[in-house]
Amino acid sequence: MKPTRREALRHSLLVLPVFIVFSAFWLLPMARLLSVGASGEMGVSAYWAVVTDSRYLSSLISTVALSAGVTVVTIIIAGIAGMFLQRNRFIGRSFLIATLTFPLAFPGVVVGFMVILLVGRQGLVGSVTEWMFGEKLVLAYSMTGLFLGYLYFSIPRVILTIMAAAEKLDGALEEAARSLGASPWQVVRDVMIPGLRPALISSGAICFATSMGAFGTAFTLATKINVLPITIYSEFTNYANLPLAAALSIVLGVITWLALALARSMAGSTVAAAA
Amino acid sequence: MSMKRSAHFYLQLTFTITVCAFLLVPVVLSILAGVTENFFVGIKSGLTLRWVVEVWSLYSKTIFLSIGISLATLAVTLLIGIPAAYVLARKQNRYTRWVEELLVLPVAVPGLATALALILLYGQFSAFRISWTFILVGHVLFTLPFMVRSVLAVMSAIDLKTLEDAAASLGATFTQRFFHVILPNCRQGILAGALMVVTLSMGEFNITWMLHTPLTMTLPVGLADSYASMRLEIGSAYTIVFFIMIIPLLVAMQWMSEPARPTKAKHG
Repeated sequence: MKPTRREALRHSLLVLPVFIVFSAFWLLPMARLLSVGASGEMGVSAYWAVVTDSRYLSSLISTVALSAGVTVVTIIIAGIAGMFLQRNRFIGRSFLIATLTFPLAFPGVVVGFMVILLVGRQGLVGSVTEWMFGEKLVLAYSMTGLFLGYLYFSIPRVILTIMAAAEKLDGALEEAARSLGASPWQVVRDVMIPGLRPALISSGAICFATSMGAFGTAFTLATKINVLPITIYSEFTNYANLPLAAALSIVLGVITWLALALARSMAGSTVAAAA
Repeated sequence: MSMKRSAHFYLQLTFTITVCAFLLVPVVLSILAGVTENFFVGIKSGLTLRWVVEVWSLYSKTIFLSIGISLATLAVTLLIGIPAAYVLARKQNRYTRWVEELLVLPVAVPGLATALALILLYGQFSAFRISWTFILVGHVLFTLPFMVRSVLAVMSAIDLKTLEDAAASLGATFTQRFFHVILPNCRQGILAGALMVVTLSMGEFNITWMLHTPLTMTLPVGLADSYASMRLEIGSAYTIVFFIMIIPLLVAMQWMSEPARPTKAKHG
């Protein structure tokens, strides 16, 4: 059967709905966002405001630093726990895995609330420290609180990716390294990490991109913390500065997209951001 | 499996349990706070369901709206996503890879940017702006790539062309092939994608917060509202309601991924 014009027409008709929806509701609005970003008093240079204006620059730097820090710490924590859960069988293992899977579906606002319950004004850590030292330890409404919140939503994603990758690792390689006299640290550095490299890069990139754009968690914890999504939101709602809000969100979008694209070209596998 | 464990094992076990506790303890706290008379005083103040009842009277609309929007999102992503996945599976070339790339963009770019873009272009059409369909648009953009990828993964794994050619040689029209051969063969992918779409839509906040109006509050938007303006017990009780709604979805997803590994080693 030869591929006919009829078949080509059919294929075009089948993708047409997605094409229309995507063009009308994403491509066109994004084009508008791009042009609004250049429509303010500053014109196109609004896009440079993020590096020339110290207020936005500090917001950008703290957001990047926070996201990078969260990514590194998450990968270390998730690497240790994920390898352990993948390599050992014991009673209660599936309960621990279920515990790690559950928070995957939490919106950012719920994660923020979890941090408040843990280290907020009426939180557990506050009560325990007050009882022990007579002074309440409250961390939720600061950068530390944000850091904990971002860890909260990042750890489950990264652990599950690492476990899936670790399942495919050849345990015999580690055995061989050990029998040749490699120390546990050498096994980790020279066998495990290279084997997990694609998974580490792709889950790290997702973790970084999600942290850069995380709005709900920061919104719940404190609207005064100077991270980029909050800056964009307050430019939009409090100052009605549409051009700047548009320019900043384009910059933010380009950064997260670049992080994911870079990771994909390095890891050689598909890297899709998760919610 | 050896029964004797090394010190190394217990060290890593302690670490892993600590990580799990970090995730689980606040969940337990929120469940306790939601059914405690006064969380500040503690459990000794008594257990109660009055906060849950209050949440129901304050926020039940948000729950129904979220269910409605997630089902509508599911309907749209099925209707437009499956045909698109079919074409992407049948024609694998430069252009279809481009389409795949493009579709993921609303997920790769922060929700705030997508929402702002939608408001700037369509905000002036007030009937659309204040309707729940404005939120639906955001949710469809955000969940569509998950549906397409899930269906596409299954379609790429089976030999679609041979199946179709066989059916066609027996005289089946395209409509018959699509509904009786193609769809039944990728129901695993459709089901997995559907669960993902509904779960993501139920929990979506970043786009929805910008797109909602006081009359179109979804569950996560209501949660943010209660965290900001209600007492801790009400926020907690509301969070319990959210947990109850997503647990069945998560269990179903877990259960779906199980059959793939029936020959795994049993627990020691």
